[in-house]
Amino acid sequence: METIILFSPLVGAIIGGFGWRVIGEKGAMVLTTGLLFLAAALSWIVFLTLGDTTQHIHILNWISSGDLDVNWSIRMDRLTAIMLIVVTTVSALVHLYSWGYMAHDENWTENENYKARFFAYLSFFTFTMLMLVTSDNLLQMFFGWEGVGVASYLLIGFYYKKPSANAAAMKAFIVNRVGDFGFLLGMFGLFYMTGSLKMDDVFAAAPALADTQLHFLWTDWNAIELIGVLLFVGAMGKSAQLFLHTWLPDAMEGPTPVSALIHAATMVTAGVFLVCRMSPVYEYAPHAKEFILIIGATTAFFAATVGLVQNDIKRVIAYSTCSQLGYMFAAAGVGVYSASMFHLLTHAFFKALLFLSAGSVITAMHHEQDMRNYGGLRKKIPLTFWAMIMGTLAITGVGIPFTHLGFAGFLSKDAIIESVWAGDASGYGFWMLVIAAVFTSFYSWRLVFMTFFGKPRGDHHAHEHAHESPWVMTVPLVVLSLGAIFAGMIWYNAFFGDHAKLVKFFNLPAHEESQAMGEAAGHGTETAAAADHGATMTDTQAEQVQVEEAKDSAGVGPSAAVLAEAGGAPQGAIFMGAENDVIDAAHHAPAWVKMSPFFAMLAGLIVAWLFYIRDVSLPRRLAEAQPSLYRFLLNKWYFDELYDRIFVRPALWLGYQFWKKGDGQIDRAIDGMAVGIVPSFTRFLNRMQSGYLFHYAFAMVIGIVGLMFWVVLNGGAN
Amino acid sequence: MQHLLSIIIFVPAAAALILALVLRGGSEAADRNAKWVAMTATSVTFLISLFLLAGFDPSNPGFQFMEHYTWIMGFQYRVGVDGLSILFVMLTTFMMPFVIVGSWNVKDRVKEYMIAFLVLETLMVGTFVTLDLVLFYLFFEAGLIPMFLIIGIWGGKQRVYAAFKFFLYTFFGSVFMLVSIIYIYFHTGTTDMPGLLIYEFPYTPVHILGITIPGGVQTLLWIGFFISFAIKMPLWPVHTWLPAAHVQAPTAGSVVLAAILLKLADYGFLRFSLPMFPVGNLVVGPWAMWLAVIAIIYTSLVALVQSDIKRVIAYSSVAHMAYVLLGIFSGTQQGIEGGIFLVVSHGFVSGALFFCVGVIYDRMHTREIEAYGGLVKRMPAYALIFMFFTMANVGLPGTGNFVGEFLTLAGTFQVNTWAAMLATTGVILSAAYALWLYRRVVFGDLIKESLRTIDDLSTREKWIFGPLVAATLIVGIYPNSVTDIIGPSVANLVQNYHDALPDHLLSDLVEH
Repeated sequence: METIILFSPLVGAIIGGFGWRVIGEKGAMVLTTGLLFLAAALSWIVFLTLGDTTQHIHILNWISSGDLDVNWSIRMDRLTAIMLIVVTTVSALVHLYSWGYMAHDENWTENENYKARFFAYLSFFTFTMLMLVTSDNLLQMFFGWEGVGVASYLLIGFYYKKPSANAAAMKAFIVNRVGDFGFLLGMFGLFYMTGSLKMDDVFAAAPALADTQLHFLWTDWNAIELIGVLLFVGAMGKSAQLFLHTWLPDAMEGPTPVSALIHAATMVTAGVFLVCRMSPVYEYAPHAKEFILIIGATTAFFAATVGLVQNDIKRVIAYSTCSQLGYMFAAAGVGVYSASMFHLLTHAFFKALLFLSAGSVITAMHHEQDMRNYGGLRKKIPLTFWAMIMGTLAITGVGIPFTHLGFAGFLSKDAIIESVWAGDASGYGFWMLVIAAVFTSFYSWRLVFMTFFGKPRGDHHAHEHAHESPWVMTVPLVVLSLGAIFAGMIWYNAFFGDHAKLVKFFNLPAHEESQAMGEAAGHGTETAAAADHGATMTDTQAEQVQVEEAKDSAGVGPSAAVLAEAGGAPQGAIFMGAENDVIDAAHHAPAWVKMSPFFAMLAGLIVAWLFYIRDVSLPRRLAEAQPSLYRFLLNKWYFDELYDRIFVRPALWLGYQFWKKGDGQIDRAIDGMAVGIVPSFTRFLNRMQSGYLFHYAFAMVIGIVGLMFWVVLNGGAN
Repeated sequence: MQHLLSIIIFVPAAAALILALVLRGGSEAADRNAKWVAMTATSVTFLISLFLLAGFDPSNPGFQFMEHYTWIMGFQYRVGVDGLSILFVMLTTFMMPFVIVGSWNVKDRVKEYMIAFLVLETLMVGTFVTLDLVLFYLFFEAGLIPMFLIIGIWGGKQRVYAAFKFFLYTFFGSVFMLVSIIYIYFHTGTTDMPGLLIYEFPYTPVHILGITIPGGVQTLLWIGFFISFAIKMPLWPVHTWLPAAHVQAPTAGSVVLAAILLKLADYGFLRFSLPMFPVGNLVVGPWAMWLAVIAIIYTSLVALVQSDIKRVIAYSSVAHMAYVLLGIFSGTQQGIEGGIFLVVSHGFVSGALFFCVGVIYDRMHTREIEAYGGLVKRMPAYALIFMFFTMANVGLPGTGNFVGEFLTLAGTFQVNTWAAMLATTGVILSAAYALWLYRRVVFGDLIKESLRTIDDLSTREKWIFGPLVAATLIVGIYPNSVTDIIGPSVANLVQNYHDALPDHLLSDLVEH
């Protein structure tokens, strides 16, 4: 069944993409959408009937070279199952939605066929995303990782006639490659240290790696910290975290369904998934986790500030996505991977909902995306309005404090904020996230108020013709609304709220439960674990000496030693170290901490109301009062300009210098030598050009070869 | 099947001879016949080579299909294949029919053109299978001649300059190899390569002109061979002949150059540098790896600013060959397997990319990027193919190049993390130049008047690309089809290499 889920989108993509001339555009659309709904249905079955053990489904051998042995295979556990339902459900709905959204695209002329291509790309993306999330080893995950990159590249650049779309597509791919650079190095390091890229082997080796040094560049590093950070660099690229985030806003050049599917619900969460998947590694890498926390929290804050002032409806949501991803990383950074996954799940619903609602608004407004030209659309497109409201209630985290009643974001975001409060002693993460929550609420309500309230602005004509979208577009909105409302309440206990359920849900080993549940009961286990750990350390140090020797003499990595050291992989879809009691501490967070997201939400809402309903001249006055701050935010902290100066232009300049000066010098030197050594060379060249080249050249070459023959054979005869 | 290798070597030569003697050139019918003879000969050669592959025993790391005759004046004819060389042979025989099909539109001196390519095939296959140093040298050097003619006669406007540059460069390099070979002969009294492979050349330091050379004779011989191969490969800073040659060469010439001829150097590293002069490799190899790292970054940056499509791909070739060198000189199982893998895969991909350039060059007679834009509108099939190979060229997983690059870099990481880290930046830069090229040529709106009537791929062209796409995907998705064949031989090579390194030297030198 898992195999069917995995490959049905691929089948759809291939037949739809190559065979649409045979089956027609409509046929391709029906086929791809149908297969996606099939995959989604099967995914839900898998999710609901998931067993206790981690399953490995072998498909095909992939690379085997010496120690390296990697297969195409599926790893089925809770983490995979969660991603399966997220990916296939959103993808199926987006496929359906695209029937309406892509029906009359003004970027194409009458006789151009673009729909089959679009649906094939969507299905291809879904396939590669599924490859990523079902992977049993890092290399296959990297296949999916790059595959979604290509799909994203193709879909961002879908309107290939637009230079801006092409530029955005390239930018997305190249910036992602910067992240992949880290991912690759992380894999090289892992392979060097453990001799394997299979998850189970890596997880089993993690404790030993924590006590091993890896020489990288100029110095020795703790192996697991280094590998953890390198892999996270990959995650930063894919999930658009600070410094590698610049591609995501530009990616909005793609059609809106693409933004919903790839750049909100699924692909950009791949980095979060990677970190959660590698939780057995990160649990032993406290500094790497700290790094993740800082980057995540800072991104949440940074992206939210930029989102405050953007005017393009899609860009607001894009920055919002960037910011929410920061939340997820922050949770992973304090070791509460389940909260991270929880937010990933709920975010997929409400962010896809927001994007698709925005798409519905954009369709209604004839592809106008500037919110300054919206206003008062509440009555024109009521269903979209309500869908947008649901999404906004979810993302801003509306709910009743101290209960488990609220919209999806209320439960998952609060879980993260509480976890970060408990897990980060410095308080940096907590405050960044709370401030970001204020901003989130502000820009989300700003979007709603500017779009649906007030008086119509901008093109009079567009407003008059604004109309509700067809059912293929509104049905997905309704389904996703249900997710945005209920997903949090349904799964709160399984992901965060109730330890017994969490342990069962993620299939964690029982002793963990006792660890975190009751201090007294867990104490014995802890000491035992600690003693065990001590023994491991001495052993490993001894191994390490041998390792160094082995490396010198044979040039092979310390892999054998680390593997020999390792026991089995930890049980369960995620792993929380014996000392990790952040969830427990989060549950016992003081009342003001638990209330803080609620007040943040309220504050943002009130300010947004003041600015955009009560006194609409306020925003302009504020911008005029603080012009430099406003421009700083509007220009996204000048990251693009900075990167252009320090990366793009120097690269081109260097390339040009190398070519003209470098290669030019080499050529001149060689030519000079040739002319110097063979005085007649130039004259000869001139004569050559006058004709009969064939004969001249042939004579010369025969001569030279004859000479060589003579030299060699004479040498042989002596 | 006793003479299988000789048959594979000489079928193209025999066809060339027939063409030369029998066919009177000039008329249209004669031209057509020449094409068909060449087509048949290369196809038959490929089919015969399949027997070689089928009969090859991968589990045996030694030489197979050996033949040995003594000719006049003590001249030895000795051939055989092992896991290191067989894929080079297969790559050659596989690519040649496409080269001929790709040349179907040649109008000028068709007979001579076909002869040149057939002779070239014989010489290339000969280089890969010969087990005698003298014979190796002859095949290796003689390959220059047909290529020189192909560039010089059927090339572009500055073909003569490019042809001479190509010739002088590589000829200059081969002098050093010749000296080394002569030394080996005087020193050991044999040119038998299987024998030389187990011979241990002296590695006590020698003093020349007051300079102490660690590794002694091995180092000097290593350098002698290396100069020749480095130019052939080509390695920075002696790479400048390649862009010139590629730009001027006809499409088929570029394909052969990129897909096969450059690989002669990689084969040389595998056959000579590592197994024969392990201590030399230990001493100088790390420096060569640094040159490769420079090459990757340097040529990738240069590729960014090119205005000629062929030049972009030519520079990209230089960068890819540098990955191969890194992998091989890492001396690790993954690195070497990755190197061979990349040789095969880059053969398909770079060959196909040059065909891609050829397709639009045939139609528009320009290689300037500026002259294109928006091709996807008129040429969707072409856009798809070009996209596929562009992505393969940037090393997308699922294509063979990824496997090759991943393995070479994983191997490099085990011996030098700096080199691995810097070389890995190539994945970013390659994406930049390749996608930018694609964007300017294929994407955008089709506004140039001259492109309004351009036609999509013809059936003939589809027949070229189809099998290359399939081959690239097969080695990418099921790389064991390659690694199973080369694995045992590479393991043997790695084992021998490390065994041959004396312990005391390792402790002294490993720091470098």
